[in-house]
Amino acid sequence: MNEMDEDRADAWFHALSDRTRRDILRRVLAGEHSVSTLAKSYDMSFAAVQKHVAVLERAGLLTKRRQGREALASGDVEAVRSVGAMLTDLEALWRGRIDRMDELFAEDAPTTDTTTHGTD
Amino acid sequence: MPVTDVAHDLDALTLTITADFAAPVDRVWRVYEDPRQLERVWGPPTYPATFVDHDLTPGGRMNYYLTSPEGEHHYAYWDITHVQAPTGFGFRDGFALDDTFTPNPAMPQSTQEIALTEADGATRATFVSTYASAEDLQTVLAMGVVEGASSAINQIDDLLAA
Repeated sequence: MNEMDEDRADAWFHALSDRTRRDILRRVLAGEHSVSTLAKSYDMSFAAVQKHVAVLERAGLLTKRRQGREALASGDVEAVRSVGAMLTDLEALWRGRIDRMDELFAEDAPTTDTTTHGTD
Repeated sequence: MPVTDVAHDLDALTLTITADFAAPVDRVWRVYEDPRQLERVWGPPTYPATFVDHDLTPGGRMNYYLTSPEGEHHYAYWDITHVQAPTGFGFRDGFALDDTFTPNPAMPQSTQEIALTEADGATRATFVSTYASAEDLQTVLAMGVVEGASSAINQIDDLLAA
């Protein structure tokens, strides 16, 4: 791993080591949010939320743009997730669904299927 | 493990997953006919689904919400596009604005196809999910409806392994 990757990993780990920052990142990955809207979601000062946003920005996980007096933040999808990684998340979701279906069928295997009770 | 095959199409943003269930096609189909069974299956344990409207017919609507670990409700719906009971159906899965289940035009819709075929009293099921863009897929995953570790963490693992 080269120096740049090491620095990036440091910045990512630092940025993601905080619960509030992870929550902010989830929100801005879902869509653009103004920093003032984000600030209202947390029980902390505007300045504190602004600092968290700045840490995510320095780590390259979030980008900011200005619109009038508002600072708008959005997650950098490319930085955080490749398409392949996203399909892997989606796959995990479907594997979960399939496992739960399998459990459902295993449950009615011995006696619980009332519709066929006594017909064998 | 019931999953027998998985295909990722990175260009078409499509996930195709095939599974074999030790149950006849009619039994697998009943999961989709019965909202109580369906909600046991659809949402991950951290994001349980509650189906409030259930109309599995062409042009029909399934309305449901997912409850986040914080107790927030994410309202969503299926617009059923076609049904061939008991061997399959297709739908568009989208998010709604609120509990009126009016589609939220700012949120992505995905296309879902479920096909069931009989194989010696067992069922081969194929699930195909397609998203219009990487951003759409990202938005859906960012709702928090994921199972297991998030990709952000996986990617950091990849970085460390490089």
